[in-house]
Amino acid sequence: MRAPDDGQAAGETMLAVDNITLSFGGVRAIRNVSFDIMKGEIRAIIGPNGAGKTSMLNVINGFYHPQEGLISFRGQERRRMKPYEAANQGIARTFQNVALFRGMTTLDNIMAGRTLKMHRGFFWQCLHWGPALAEEVENRHKVEEIIDFLEIQAIRKTPVGRLPYGLQKRVELARALAMEPDLLLLDEPMAGMNLEEKEDMSRFILDVNQQLGTTIALIEHDMGVVMDLSDRVVVLDHGEKIADGIPADVQANQDVIDAYLGVAH
Amino acid sequence: MTQAVAAAGGDDTFPKLLNRNARVWADRPAIREKDLGIWQTWTWAQVHEEVRAFAAGLSELGLKKGDKVAIVGSNKPRLYWTMAAVQSVGAIPVPVYQDAVAAEMVFVLQHAEARFAVVQDQEQVDKLLSLSDDLKDLERIIYDEERGLKDYDHSRLHPFADVQAIGRKKLEADPKAGEALDASIAAGKGSDIAVILYTSGTTGQPKGVMLSFDNTVISAKLACEFDNLTEDDEVLAYLPMAWVGDHIFSYAESYWSGFCVACPESADTMLQDLREIGPTYFFSPPRIFENLLTTVMIRMEDAGALKKKMFHYFLAVARRAGEKILNGEPVPFSDRVLYGIGRLLVYEPLKNVLGLSRMRVGYTAGEAIGPEIFRFYRSLGLNLKQLYGQTEASVFVTVQPDGEIRADTVGKPAPEVEIKIDDSGEVLYRSPGVFVGYYKNEEATQSTKTPEGWVHTGDAGFFDHEGHLRIIDRAKDVGHLTGGTLFAPKYIENKLKFFPNIKEAVAFGHERDFVTVMLNIDLVAVGSWAERNNVSYASYQELAGLPEVYEMLEAHVLDVNRDLSAEPRMAGSQIHRFLILHKELDADDGELTRTQKVRRTFIADKYEPLITALYDGSKEQDIETEVTFEDGRKGAIKARVQIRDVEIFGGDVQREAAE
Repeated sequence: MRAPDDGQAAGETMLAVDNITLSFGGVRAIRNVSFDIMKGEIRAIIGPNGAGKTSMLNVINGFYHPQEGLISFRGQERRRMKPYEAANQGIARTFQNVALFRGMTTLDNIMAGRTLKMHRGFFWQCLHWGPALAEEVENRHKVEEIIDFLEIQAIRKTPVGRLPYGLQKRVELARALAMEPDLLLLDEPMAGMNLEEKEDMSRFILDVNQQLGTTIALIEHDMGVVMDLSDRVVVLDHGEKIADGIPADVQANQDVIDAYLGVAH
Repeated sequence: MTQAVAAAGGDDTFPKLLNRNARVWADRPAIREKDLGIWQTWTWAQVHEEVRAFAAGLSELGLKKGDKVAIVGSNKPRLYWTMAAVQSVGAIPVPVYQDAVAAEMVFVLQHAEARFAVVQDQEQVDKLLSLSDDLKDLERIIYDEERGLKDYDHSRLHPFADVQAIGRKKLEADPKAGEALDASIAAGKGSDIAVILYTSGTTGQPKGVMLSFDNTVISAKLACEFDNLTEDDEVLAYLPMAWVGDHIFSYAESYWSGFCVACPESADTMLQDLREIGPTYFFSPPRIFENLLTTVMIRMEDAGALKKKMFHYFLAVARRAGEKILNGEPVPFSDRVLYGIGRLLVYEPLKNVLGLSRMRVGYTAGEAIGPEIFRFYRSLGLNLKQLYGQTEASVFVTVQPDGEIRADTVGKPAPEVEIKIDDSGEVLYRSPGVFVGYYKNEEATQSTKTPEGWVHTGDAGFFDHEGHLRIIDRAKDVGHLTGGTLFAPKYIENKLKFFPNIKEAVAFGHERDFVTVMLNIDLVAVGSWAERNNVSYASYQELAGLPEVYEMLEAHVLDVNRDLSAEPRMAGSQIHRFLILHKELDADDGELTRTQKVRRTFIADKYEPLITALYDGSKEQDIETEVTFEDGRKGAIKARVQIRDVEIFGGDVQREAAE
């Protein structure tokens, strides 16, 4: 279940954003931001509300198209890309507000994450037996590994709409993992969780990073979590980058403290 | 004499029984585990090979006769194999409760002087490594699941599979290794210590109960004969391995009669696995039956009006006639017909949903079960029986024989068990299962076990006119109100716990003017109620304090009072005031034992301000309590808890009269 080998070694730049500017009409959500994500690391993006964190993730996975700047993923430069192309290249994400198929079971939701890995056409699917079944069994095995990994066996057949919030978040992570991504974007994976749920989620994020070798970029507000989990942190405020570095440095940075405490601009 | 019976077969230890099973039932299933969503099965021949490989590996790593090996984890085939492997080498397995926090584990491991530990996963490895300063005796840790452990220092750590590989290599390369193992198995005898089980105990430090092979093998044999258990039976192993019940039912009896033990996928999937396996023989503390009933009742609330009506109608029929039919007593013809229809429409489908369709014999033990809960299952036609047992007895003290089931007794003495009641009302017993002694605690052994082999149970009880034993309560828990009325806390608590909304209840009243209770809501049941009624809440604490929830529980308490008022001996112990606790009682906070029994005195100390408030007439009380999180860190929660008065039934037991 490890992330596929893409020929990159740990520590090489996997993704670089270069001078990105994103505007919605007159609103400039992101202004000239550049940073990079190295293979194998956990990279945190933090900042006060409205700093442009989620917009940044949306730019990375191709949902928004920046007016200026370049993104290079594994050395390949691009400006415009459709989200499914990003998915095909190995970028998966979860959302700030849980975006699962509420009426479907946990298992079906995670299987949905493997759509891109299943290639049998309409005809074979209708026939069901033969190649389509073999393909489903193979993919189901992968999904079962993920279910085992995230310890959600007990809710395998439960519709996700009936699950508590903390577990829904975990199912969403499972669905993202089902794509066997190289780069996993997590948008506030611990928002609204209690302490024990946060601890569990932190453990899973570390395990995904260490066991599966997946590179992770996450947005998170809980500073304790960010400082414990991440290798490097980039700080955004009002669409601009104000700091970038290892957690201890960022924490001591006066600009960051001001931004979080809300000094007049 | 019994020793002679077991010895006559020559199979007086579990390693010897395993040899026999591998011979007699080579291709029959011995153990199953659900892995990645699929049930995997090992036959007796395969188990035999796995156990030998692990035993040889352990010897290679330096395990010697007489060493202790701690086993920490949930029910997994490899951990059960560890027991047999350790016993094959002549060492002694010491299963430990896997949810014990680090500090609790230190005591047991230190006391047992464990040299090796075989654990399930990273969580347990981390726990043991964090204690390494205190555990000088612990030399090696062997783990089952490799996840997360790749980058650890492996000088003392070994994956289970690697140890087996070492053993297999040795057995293949050196025929002497196999012979040595066979010799070690053959040298084992019935009087050797088979296992040390630490009792969780409601007071004081745990004590290590030493059971010999004679104790456990003979207890298993007698129990299998009593209930006609054969190799065709199937059980689900889901109770803590450190508990004597699981040790006897899922290990000893399986090795004796050759039946198959299924291990659940994870602790949370137990109910689904139960349904998939459909065990024929089921052993469970009352709590599980309570949970099952709660789940059913909640799901019925979501059913359509017609189904709901049908369900409740036929449950009433079952209450009226079901138990009598099961006991073979006369029942009106009309009820018999209705029961037959009910079986088709409700009982059988319900049993199927619960996973109890194939259950031939079911036992509940560990704690007194509420009569209403017990009757519910019996009335569906399930042969659920009570037994009364102790770790010190290798479980069995009394058992209810088929056809003689009463909700309020624990049955007749089990085969070859003698029972007597001493002058103070305490129950004593003597049997082949009686333990050898407490490990390194001669004093406790002497105060519990008389030189003639009688063991003090610490429970108060009496024999009724039919020769059935009735247990009233823990001898030290039964008390009196200041008015002189008998106060049996567990009796009241069990009545309350029958309501799905109430998870736990703690009654107070000894040497007080009247009875009061603290209640814990059942988050699943009350949460589902809140959802259906559009009541919003953010936390357990908020939900527990809602006035609507108080209204609902007050109605339950009233029902209990009405019940109590109908019983002459109990009418005086009706509940005058109650409160709903703002946090769930939890074993991590020391409020429950690891087997989920209420630690009454501890709770009384911890919530002292609340108890004062229960008796001084206040309407609310502030409280701050310390909580322990799963990782052992501490925090505090504050709350303002409301207290309510409840109406009392019957004229002469008014509160005024009591004051």
